[in-house]
Amino acid sequence: MVSDEVASSQGTLARAGETEGEVAVRASALGRAFGDLVALRDVSFELAAGQTLAVLGPNGSGKTTLVRILATLLRPTEGGVEVLGAELPGRAWRVRGRIGLVGHEPLLYRDLTVAENLAFHSRLHRVEGAAERIAELLAKVRMERRAGELVRNLSAGMAQRVAVCRAVLHRPELLLLDEPRSHLDPEAAAMVEPLIGRESGLTRVVVSHDVGAALAESDRALVLAAGGEVAYEGSAGGVSPGDARAAYGGRP
Amino acid sequence: MSAFRAILAKDLLVELRTLQSVPAMALFALTTFVLFRFGLDRESLEGSLAAGVILATVLFAAILAVNRLFVAEREEGGFDAIRLAPVDPAALFVAKAVALVTYLALLQALALPAFGFLFLDDWAGLLPLAGVLLLADAGIAAVGVLVSAIGVNSRARELIVPLLLLPLLVPVMIAAAGAAEPLLAAGGPDYDGVGRWIAMLALYDAVFGAIGYAVYDFLLED
Amino acid sequence: MFRVRLLSLRNLALASVALLVGAFALVFFYAPNDADQGFVQKIFYLHVPLALCALGGFIAAAVHAIRHLRSGDPVHDARAYVSIHISIIFGLAVLVTGSIWARASWGKWWVWDEPTLVSFLIVFLLYATYYPLRFAIEDRDRQARYASVFAITAGAFVPLNFIAVRMAESLVHPRTFATAEGGMPGEMWLTFAVAIAGMALLWATLVRFELVAKSARARISKVRRALDAEATGASRSRIAPTVPSRAGAG
Repeated sequence: MVSDEVASSQGTLARAGETEGEVAVRASALGRAFGDLVALRDVSFELAAGQTLAVLGPNGSGKTTLVRILATLLRPTEGGVEVLGAELPGRAWRVRGRIGLVGHEPLLYRDLTVAENLAFHSRLHRVEGAAERIAELLAKVRMERRAGELVRNLSAGMAQRVAVCRAVLHRPELLLLDEPRSHLDPEAAAMVEPLIGRESGLTRVVVSHDVGAALAESDRALVLAAGGEVAYEGSAGGVSPGDARAAYGGRP
Repeated sequence: MSAFRAILAKDLLVELRTLQSVPAMALFALTTFVLFRFGLDRESLEGSLAAGVILATVLFAAILAVNRLFVAEREEGGFDAIRLAPVDPAALFVAKAVALVTYLALLQALALPAFGFLFLDDWAGLLPLAGVLLLADAGIAAVGVLVSAIGVNSRARELIVPLLLLPLLVPVMIAAAGAAEPLLAAGGPDYDGVGRWIAMLALYDAVFGAIGYAVYDFLLED
Repeated sequence: MFRVRLLSLRNLALASVALLVGAFALVFFYAPNDADQGFVQKIFYLHVPLALCALGGFIAAAVHAIRHLRSGDPVHDARAYVSIHISIIFGLAVLVTGSIWARASWGKWWVWDEPTLVSFLIVFLLYATYYPLRFAIEDRDRQARYASVFAITAGAFVPLNFIAVRMAESLVHPRTFATAEGGMPGEMWLTFAVAIAGMALLWATLVRFELVAKSARARISKVRRALDAEATGASRSRIAPTVPSRAGAG
């Protein structure tokens, strides 16, 4: 398509996500070490816009590290990575604000209310029409009546729902989801599905311990072994849940 | 600019709700005054002695606030939230510095009258003293935000902060005391020679404000 | 390829020994005795150059730290670390010689009236926190970065502190050492100049020596790792930065 060529010839400022086939995330021999500890080693993959990548592996295999690098919170010590057309870490400022992260922590201030937290994030991201957007999102996760409650008083599941709202508040193009359904019962998980699930249509990187479910909803898969090495990288259909779980076996 | 205001408003709101800094500082100041009152066994103070008492108290109280400046960010993963947003890291530095100045100013609003009651015969010097202290607060804030950010990621944070902060604040102490001494003189405030100390404070504020602004990015990275 | 660099460790060491011996000779046989303080004043030729080199070293560390933050290259962090290390050792010597001088001149081991000594003590106390700071941060990368931020802040602090203390003391005790400014005869100036030059070279020699030693240790442990041998216990310092092999240069 002509628009593809124009977009790619404009180089790194091309906005991914609108055109089919644009590469949203590209990692090349990515590595990260913390002193002597190697968390990630030689990770390479490509993720096209609109697709979902499942990141699987046992604890300590570097999944969270990978997500944090993609979120521009951590810089790689080896190799390179390009997110939404911007090379990290140098061009990180170009993509901040276009990424939504749901991590292990809800990133909410416990002494502020739900509404105050979301208002704060909307101001940081300069979201237009913030009040309506916040109301709309809270309604979707059925937290609108708890908007005035302190986060400290919420259950873990409720906080997670608000965290999801926080992550999509600024209409990101890329979602980085590190076990997003933790603390969520099936009903709550269904609430957040349209926001961060496959039906959102957004490019997603999902870390999950539920191997079968993750593979079922993904286009591509990256399986990491202990020590941050790649055990499998390719289409999600190309690896069975059993093989993926084998990476958990603790082989050296 | 909006990020700076958002972060400052958030900080002040959290402080209002949790009251974790200002009341502790005020209580500390009051207790210290009482200690000095009995320790020095004097009914009234003036000049360099009075200056020393008020400044030492303010400085040590400041440590309490500096220790707690980034605790919310640290505990709630708040650094991530701010770093994920398209926000200049310097906005965080300035917002936290202004918040710290606010807490210190509130402390002084409470502590200066108490100081006057307990130690001063003549209150005329208190208002200009408040001005000098405000200038000193800016210096404390510039260095305090840096030290607090360094400390928040260290072990033994409660030890590292005063260890780093106190030597760095010695020029502030010297200059503020130099200005305060004539202001608290026995016969009423004497404005002679105060100017050079104000200039010193302003220089300190400018230098460390600029440095903090420049290096803050590096403290925020992972 | 063996290139004998002008600034090689051996040349530096030789030059500093030569200058220091020369200064020593000048101090004892050439410089006149001070009118007020007599022979004791000669400790000035040791004390002041030590102080100037220590302070210069702290500034140098700040410069290395700036380069470290800008480039991310750990070489500069290593240089900053070693600069501060040697300067602190010099600083300790400054305080000791200053104390001896005070004792000999005024009968007291410490004087609060002397602005340079007091200002120096504060600077020394500040830089002494460099070690607990490094020790308190576990992640090496972050440790180096934070240490650099500290080195820059402290480097800016040195002149400010000196000004402040000077201003404070000049009000109370206008007396200054006649030998430190004005009124110094030519022979004293020459001796002083040689002493400073020798001390500066000594500082540079010690810094270079430590960098080379660290670099050699790093190379040894690299070889050991490659041979799968056990790492030596001595090289497992938690705070001293591991020095890449080219840190000894430049």
